Parts: sequence; structure tokens; C-alpha cells
Amino acid sequence: MLTGVSMSRKELKSEFGDVTATETGLRRFLHGLPGVDPVGLETRAAALGTRSIKTTAKAYALDLAISMIDLTTLEGSDTAGKVRALGAKAVLPDPSDRSTPQTAAVCVYPDMVATAKAAVAGSPVKVASVATGFPAGRVTLDVKLADTREAVAAGADEIDMVIDRGAFLAGNYGKVHEEITAVKEAAGDARLKVIFETGELSTYDNIRRASWLSMLAGADFIKTSTGKVGVNATPANTLLMLQAVRDFRDRTGVQIGVKPAGGIRTAKDAVKFLVLVNETAGPDWLDSHWFRFGASSLLGDLLMQRQKLRTGRYSGPDYVTVD
Amino acid sequence: MSDKPEPTVRLSVFKTYKLYVGGKFPRSESGRVYEVTDSKDRPLANAPQGSRKDARDAVVAARKAFGGWSGATAYNRGQVLYRVAEMLEGRADQFTREVAEAEGLSRAKAAAQVSAAVDRWVWYAGWTDKIAQVAGGANPVAGPFFNLSSPEPTGVVAVLAPQRSSLLGLVSVLAPVLATGCTAVVVASEDRPLPALTLGEVLATSDVPGGAVNILSGRTAELAAPLAAHQDVNAIDLTGAPAELAVELERAAADNLKRVLRPADAEGDGEDFTADPGIRRLTPFLETKTVWHPTGSLGVSGSAY
Repeated sequence: MLTGVSMSRKELKSEFGDVTATETGLRRFLHGLPGVDPVGLETRAAALGTRSIKTTAKAYALDLAISMIDLTTLEGSDTAGKVRALGAKAVLPDPSDRSTPQTAAVCVYPDMVATAKAAVAGSPVKVASVATGFPAGRVTLDVKLADTREAVAAGADEIDMVIDRGAFLAGNYGKVHEEITAVKEAAGDARLKVIFETGELSTYDNIRRASWLSMLAGADFIKTSTGKVGVNATPANTLLMLQAVRDFRDRTGVQIGVKPAGGIRTAKDAVKFLVLVNETAGPDWLDSHWFRFGASSLLGDLLMQRQKLRTGRYSGPDYVTVD
Repeated sequence: MSDKPEPTVRLSVFKTYKLYVGGKFPRSESGRVYEVTDSKDRPLANAPQGSRKDARDAVVAARKAFGGWSGATAYNRGQVLYRVAEMLEGRADQFTREVAEAEGLSRAKAAAQVSAAVDRWVWYAGWTDKIAQVAGGANPVAGPFFNLSSPEPTGVVAVLAPQRSSLLGLVSVLAPVLATGCTAVVVASEDRPLPALTLGEVLATSDVPGGAVNILSGRTAELAAPLAAHQDVNAIDLTGAPAELAVELERAAADNLKRVLRPADAEGDGEDFTADPGIRRLTPFLETKTVWHPTGSLGVSGSAY
């Protein structure tokens, strides 16, 4: 099925109605997904990482990558001042060059949403907020929903929720599905990104299942990780999720976004991810509406590479902001 | 009835010369090599022909190492540099051979160069914790303040090693950079790079932190241009640059106000490295930090402090 034959959420529900209606149906569907060949997946991801992207293609990729960044600060030590600085950086990433694109969004904790909103006011930069007891998600559903509603009320355009990994790993797919549905409802018009924390899901099969589970439950975006565990976004797990959104759109016509987060620090890495996107999901995803990078230090390196292309000399960390 | 076994002939193992970047020994990113010959044009070995990307990687490594090396106590830096002298002494034979081949010297003259190079490390090892007293100190000011100037390392220094003196000259320009706490990206002599590449092995076993010294071989002009224009290099020593190139590099270096040490004379390296080095090469790569500290009476209580 191609685009244009997009299903509404209601139709989606009816196509997969028997899948999502019961826990058994969900399990049968998720465990019926084809198994992942880990060696093949990693080889493919590594092979795509060797593409040489130069000159004009590189310039395009750098600008695209900058426009896809969710500029993130998620520390216990975040202050209003730091969030304001981050907002200023998102709006004007390189003060020495106004042709630099703006980042897609800033990503903060719920209590900082209002500050962030004010910092990016008047620009197209969106405010994303993590919610639902980020990063562990070990709180009750009521708290998760309240967390979400507060962030939306404060003006968040996007909500990054974490799934209950404990329930998922225990095979309690119904609970995970229910929570995503409930949070989606609480988020209202805000776009919902669902974080799997791939580093805690142990297997590629689980990542594929989590992808389908979230897409069926109404996620607008699927996101690899919180950035708080040892293993974050890798080319392989991102490739796997890109395959999932591609297959999902083929089947339903509904396009879902992908966001790798954590551990992407260099422009070179970012460009490799863009190659994965283009070669797996396709050029339709090469847009900040459908693909994002959750990162903070990545922006600095992208700006340095951009300055190098513009001036012909290597730049240095003294010429970009310190986070 | 058994025949005597044929005496086996052992094939000697040839050394692959490599760059020294970030404490590792990589080949050039470009995969290129060039033939290095002795003074009579007989081939000696292939040396890696570094590219601008190798230069970039070396600067990144040097920047990364700067915090640790400049933050080490001057005393500790002195110990490490002395250790380099020890390691060099232990491999004197190898260096003597390489210097003799590279510079066309007799064995005795080459040995003298190596000994002088070892002594040069010791000289600069001694200077690490003394330069601050000579180049800095207390300034008399007209007010109730202690006013102190203290010299601090400038950062990453690109060093174009002398073209002719392959070991002694190299040590004479590298050691002062390290002694002050700067980190270095060295472009070895274009035609005589082998002693420099072997020196990398000495540094790697001397407690010099990986990245504090990075040694590149290749075409001097090709490597020097990106280093001179690099925004994350703080200073450049043009000793090994031919006059015309030196002017061009100094112009590029002006862009981010690099400190520049010009070649001693127009010839590029007519400099006599056997002479007493003094501290001429220590001071160009220092930044002076001046602090004002209030002193005198803090109140009307009559307290003496």
C-alpha cells in the first residue's frame, strides 16, 4: 500500500482491532513478527556507514542534521538560565552565520517547559518535554498522566514518554499498550514520542516488537533511548526501527517518525544516520517532521563542520558554544 | 644416513614506519606513502605521507591531551621529559644508525648528535619548574595589591621540525614546547623523517600522555597549510618552513592570532642546534596571566592582616 491511502486512526483500529483488543491477540501478533537476523542487521548498518558524503551532499546533510536536532538538556542540575541559553542556541545556532538552520526543538523536563517556551517564543522551534516519570518510568499511570498533562498545559508541543520496560520484558504487552494509549490521549494535540530504552530491551526482536506495539498504540514517533543508560542509539537499532516505520506505512499508510537519542556526538555519525534513513525508510523521512536527533553536543560538531565547509579552514571548539 | 640440515637463512623483519597520533601508530588516513632515501639517494624505507585529515586528527588529539599535560605539575612534566632522555639513551644505537643514514654523517658524528639530543631533553626537563620564575614574577604596583604574573602554556602548538637536523633539531624544537605544558603536532623533516617517526616510539614508552605529542610525516607544505589555518591551533613554530612558505603560513596564522615563531634566518634552518639553546624557545609559547590580590589592612580594627 502506498501513501495517499492513509488510514485514519479509526480505520487503523479496525484493521488491527483483533490484534490490540486482547493481550493474547497482541502477543500473537508481536511474536508472529519475523525474527531479526542480528548479524545481517549490524552488517547492513555498518555497510551503510561507509558511504562517502562529500561537498554539496555534505553541506545538505549538515544543514538537514542541524534542522533535525532536538536540543536536549535533561540533568538534575538544569537551571532556568541553562534552559534559556539552550533556547537561544536553538533559535540561532551559529551567531556568526545567520544562514544556519534552526534546530527542530528543545527537549527539557516538564518543569522547564514554560521557561523553554518563553525562550523560543516567536520562532518555529518546538518545545518537547519528557514525561511519564522519565527516565525510569517507574511511577503509577496516574502520575504519568498528570506529568503529561502538566507538560502540555505548560505549552509543550511534543511529549517524549518512556514505556514500562519492566512490563514489556515480562510480556505484559497489554499494559504497555494501554499506557501509551492513555498518554496519547492525555497529550492531546502534542505529538507523542515513545522511548523504548533499547539498551534495556536486550534483543533486536524486542526492539522490533516494541516498535510495532507503540505504533499500534498511537505513537507519532518512536525513539531509541533516554540517553541515561550505557547503550543508547546505535546504527543497528535505528535501522531496525526505520524498517518498522517503513513496513507500518506500507501496511497502513500512516507515517511514523523516528528519533535516535543519546551517544550521537559527531557530524560524521549524524550523516551516517541520515544515510540509514534515506536507504531504509526513504527520502520521505528526510525531514525534521519525521526524523530527529536527540542530542546536545552534536550541534557543536555540526557547526564546526559547517564552518569548515564555508571557510576552508578547520574550526575549533572555541568557536561554538560550550553546553 | 642423514645429511646435515641446510643452515636456515633468517629473513630480517623490516619496520613499517607509521605516524604517531593520539598515542597510537596509525598509517596515513590517505593510505599514501613516499620513498625516503639516504643522503646518496639510496632507498631507506617508505614513510607515511600524511594528509590534511591526519593533521586534523592530530590537532584533535593534541587538544584532548592539553588539559592533562598542562595541568600536570611542572615537576611531574620534568620527570617525564627526563624519562624521555632515558629511553632515548637506551636506543642510542638505533638512532645513531638512522641519523647517520638520513644526514650522511659518519657513525661517530651521528652518535654525537644523538648524545646531544639526549642532553637536550635533560636540559628542558630541568627548565619545566624554573621557567615560571624567570618569565613571571611579582610586579610592583602602586596600590595595596600583590600583583603576580605567571606564564601559562598557550595550548596546541604546530611545530615544523627543521629540515636538515633530523633528530637534534627535532628535539630542540619539540622539547621546549612540551616543557612549558603545551601539546604539539610535529611535522617531521620532509626528506629525513625516519628518526622523528622512531622518536614517536620513544615518547610512547616514556609516560608522555598519548596525544601530547603527535608526529606527522609527509610533504611539509601540504601538512603545514591546514595547521597554520586551523582555528584550534594556538601557535606555530615555522623553523622547518622554507622562506616563501613561512610568509604564507604566517599570513594564514594571523587569522586567529596564533603565536608565531619565525625561522631563525631566511634560509629556514641554518640554525646551529649544537649551540646552547638558552630559553629562546621556551618563552614564545607562553601566555602571561596576571592576578591582582588585595593586601594590606582590611578594616579599621588595627589588625595587621
